[in-house]
Amino acid sequence: MKNTDKRLEVRIKDMVLRNPVMTASGTFGYGYDFEDFINLDSLGGIVVKATTGGNREGNPYPRMAETNSGMLNAVGLQNKGVDYFCETIYNKIKDINTNKIVNVSGSSIEEYVEVAEKLNKLENIPGIELNISCPNVKQGGMAFGTDPKMAAEVVKAVRKVYNKTLIVKLSPNVTSIVEIAKAVEGEGADSLSMINTLLGMAVDAEKRKPLLSTITGGLSGPAVKPVALRCVWQVAKQCKIPIIGIGGIMDATDAIEFILVGATAIEVGTANFINPAITEEIVHGISEYLDRHNIKNISDIRGII
Amino acid sequence: MKYCKDFIVVENQTITSNLFILKLQYPETLPEIKAGQFVEILVEGNKDVFLRRPISIHDVDYKKNQISLLVQIVGKGTDKLSNIKEGDSLNLIFPLGNGFTIIGKKVLLVGGGCGAAPLLYLTRVLKEKNIKSDILVGCRDINHLFSKKEYESLSNLHIATEDGSCGIKGLVTTHKILEEEFDAIYCCGPTPMMKAISKIAKDKNIPCYVSLEHTMACGFGVCLCCVVETNKGNERTCTTGPIFLSSDLKDF
Repeated sequence: MKNTDKRLEVRIKDMVLRNPVMTASGTFGYGYDFEDFINLDSLGGIVVKATTGGNREGNPYPRMAETNSGMLNAVGLQNKGVDYFCETIYNKIKDINTNKIVNVSGSSIEEYVEVAEKLNKLENIPGIELNISCPNVKQGGMAFGTDPKMAAEVVKAVRKVYNKTLIVKLSPNVTSIVEIAKAVEGEGADSLSMINTLLGMAVDAEKRKPLLSTITGGLSGPAVKPVALRCVWQVAKQCKIPIIGIGGIMDATDAIEFILVGATAIEVGTANFINPAITEEIVHGISEYLDRHNIKNISDIRGII
Repeated sequence: MKYCKDFIVVENQTITSNLFILKLQYPETLPEIKAGQFVEILVEGNKDVFLRRPISIHDVDYKKNQISLLVQIVGKGTDKLSNIKEGDSLNLIFPLGNGFTIIGKKVLLVGGGCGAAPLLYLTRVLKEKNIKSDILVGCRDINHLFSKKEYESLSNLHIATEDGSCGIKGLVTTHKILEEEFDAIYCCGPTPMMKAISKIAKDKNIPCYVSLEHTMACGFGVCLCCVVETNKGNERTCTTGPIFLSSDLKDF
């Protein structure tokens, strides 16, 4: 069941998305893991797993704890590195007919630049999402996303070597997300995606121990949606570049809420674990919402709050 | 191919206060399911049960298009699931994981507690392939023994109970059947038991396949939360496993 509703089409810099529904990095593998459940061509875009300079084994088990209306994860950017991505994974995903965005992370500015430079050469990757907000690695990650100067520096360095659509994924674990957003926009970011997970922890009272091997981890799911909506709303009022809303989106209504507070597109994350067909259902649900309210184009309701 | 579909509950059979078997009807023709594979169940109606629950497949009946799941109540999700009634529907993602590698002419299956769950379907598959099997089941007492008749009809059943109420008294690791010759061992149960059995297999110089149980968010390979340390690095329990050759695992 393909949705060809033209009212849903949006743009993020040079990328045309057939609809605003994308997938959040780390919750959608490399896309093909979902082929049994949905038609990948029906999505606006997919953001594949975080890619770093070299191979990373990630954190020890246990890496996950279920919480009320959400979950904590402490995966720690497990991936086989950018060269493996370019040589092996790229060939498996390059012909998927949607925007394929690669989430990029690193421990140093040099590592971010190295990965971005290599991905810039891949014809069928129209954009990257710079992950300056991962809470689960000791070096780098969130450190870049919680200081406006460091955030600006890494974006500036990557911008020099990357000439396609550059999305920067922001952390909510800051005093002022607007300050970080403006710093990043000032260095040439094309779009902002927000929010990454909220730093949290979970404890097993019976065993008197933390539930994660790393003690703290990133909270996601419906529990974080109010925080995410607030972040998008605040930044949308202060920045000109398009925002991709992320945080606890479980259905089309949640997606619409993000658009109402200023998001151009949205990413579905944790919901993919519970219903692997949810993204396609959200696309249809947005169409139905527009029908129900007699809205001619999704952009007519963007940022009206 | 993986599916995300509704099943109808045809039976919820209580075994003990914390153990039950669900028999589920698939409305279509069941796809091929390998012994050792599992399902991810959506437990609806509880805000504090957010994620699906991974449960191993206990048995498959292709003629009736039914599967059965043996479930132990370990937390809020499985507790909620234990209240499900005949006629209710359950949404499952299935079949997940790699399943057991079938080898040899004479094999031994060792199950501990509710860990023996995936071994019933394995005995069925082995019998169809004319592979002779012995199954050794360990549990607390006679009340915790399940699917006894089915095991007996498909394999040679040996039992060890902690209180001696059925079979030998003691742990499975002390059972004499372990002294016999086998081509392979298939094991599922508590980790210390699986480690002890895999050591016995190593001494016999035969392969030992173990079924791991890790917490997971998705069950189909994308969350990377259920990793286990192998000789090749961190691997996903849900897709590379849940069945591993014990010699490939770092801790074994």
